[in-house]
Amino acid sequence: MIEARNLTKRFGATLAVDDLSFEVKPGVVTGFLGPNGAGKTTTMRMILGLDWPNDGAVTIGGRSYRDLSVPLREVGALLDAKALHGGRMAYNHLLCLAQSNGIPARRVDEVLAIVGLETVARRRAGGFSLGMGQRLGIAGALLGDPGVLMFDEPVNGLDPEGIVWVRKLMRALAAEGRTVLVSSHLMSEMALTADHLIVIGRGRMIRDTSVTDFLDSSSQQSVRVRSPQAGLLAERLRAGGAVVTADVDGALEVTGMDGEAIGDLAAAGGLALHELTPQRASLEEAFMELTRDSVEYHASGTVTS
Amino acid sequence: MSTATTAASAPASAAVRPRPAHFADVVRSEWTKLRTVRSTFFSLLAAVVLGIGLSVLISAVAAHNYTGRLSGRQVQWDPTRLSTAGLGIAQLAIAVLGIMVVTSEYSSGMIRTSLAAVPRRGWLLGAKSVVYTAVALVVGEIIAFVAFFSGQAVISGLAPTANLGQPGVLRAVAGSGLYLAALGLLAVAVAALVRQAAAGIAILVALLYWPTNAGQDLTNVVRATHSLGPWAGFGVMCLFVAIVVVTAFVLIERRDA
Repeated sequence: MIEARNLTKRFGATLAVDDLSFEVKPGVVTGFLGPNGAGKTTTMRMILGLDWPNDGAVTIGGRSYRDLSVPLREVGALLDAKALHGGRMAYNHLLCLAQSNGIPARRVDEVLAIVGLETVARRRAGGFSLGMGQRLGIAGALLGDPGVLMFDEPVNGLDPEGIVWVRKLMRALAAEGRTVLVSSHLMSEMALTADHLIVIGRGRMIRDTSVTDFLDSSSQQSVRVRSPQAGLLAERLRAGGAVVTADVDGALEVTGMDGEAIGDLAAAGGLALHELTPQRASLEEAFMELTRDSVEYHASGTVTS
Repeated sequence: MSTATTAASAPASAAVRPRPAHFADVVRSEWTKLRTVRSTFFSLLAAVVLGIGLSVLISAVAAHNYTGRLSGRQVQWDPTRLSTAGLGIAQLAIAVLGIMVVTSEYSSGMIRTSLAAVPRRGWLLGAKSVVYTAVALVVGEIIAFVAFFSGQAVISGLAPTANLGQPGVLRAVAGSGLYLAALGLLAVAVAALVRQAAAGIAILVALLYWPTNAGQDLTNVVRATHSLGPWAGFGVMCLFVAIVVVTAFVLIERRDA
């Protein structure tokens, strides 16, 4: 369990994290989502005691990270796959981490096998691809078999196979009752991995919700309807208070009325329906709508000719 | 990956006997870090080769010119100092490696991984200091004694030699190792303050003029004019090193990593 209370971090005039309070619970994967520059990494650094908050506090199981007597046995973190000395062999990188926490050396071989790096254990980590680096970072996080795990953008640079592997790993770790916090700026990735979402923008809390609630609350719900009597149906729907637009293929895009009501209305009027599909806004769209006002850097959108 | 599903449930031998981590664990970890990068080997090799090689070379040249010296300058003949003259170059390698031990963690980002593993920052800096000071002491003493005996062997037959039984000679030779150990500790502390190799090296080279040169009094048999004397001079250096070390320990706790 990670608990943040009124976390605030200032860098000069910039408010990187602004009065953030949340709980990360065990047993589920919590996605930590926000556009680039939203303050995700800074928040994670404060959880790990790397940065001091200007205000507020964050605890792990009720204790501040710096007070943990064997930190790697309680919290495993992957902040940055390149946060290692490139001249050191993968095995030795993990060995010095293990030794610092009194973890036996045989555990190094175990975690290397878990992430599938045993064959390159004696190679210098500096020559690793980003994907191998991510695996090595994850191996480091698993060293102490901790109950709390944090991963900052773990799928960055991974190939599709690696992405699926990380996704399964996160879910397996959570299924074992561990607390798992995963940051990402990709909503679609979180939709496949996370059960719960903490969405921040410009350092502020935007939404702290389950993934399903997040989707349901999205304002972009619509229903796609096809009917041989489309014109008549559209008339009835508009009369019933719905907003109807015609798609290029002749289908109707209906908002402001759910599928059940549309079906009932069609049946009452004796109109045939060939399709009735609730359209969920994609997670990505919902996320973009939510964070539109808090994106640090906007593309101008149009190119003037 | 077939390992994915078994990953989390793989039995963790680490969890069998959890015990609190001690300072000794962090020292062991820092020793592993130091011995598992190539720059350590090459820097120390440079220190040994240059320290001993230059000492022997300087001793040989001076010994061959001894008979040509004016009798007054023959009185100032200090074979101990000649035979350890290469330490003036060896100290640069010791200082640079001491700086790299800390700054390579900051430049690579390893420091974040290290501090996540050892959030008690005083322990991390303390372990680095202990390990590197010990290595500098051992390597320094090896260089000093090997250089001394090789130098005397080269001088022997051409000019008067020194031996460890003469007043001040053992102190000067052993003191050379002590001086390098103090310099190594200073390098680690300066690097922890500036976190950046170029700045660290520049500062340390400046410090070699003062106050660390006071510490070099310990390495001389013949006391130079206007010097503080061997132990007083070394004491001044150690006091300065202590101030920098304390500052580094205070600031590493307060600053963001």
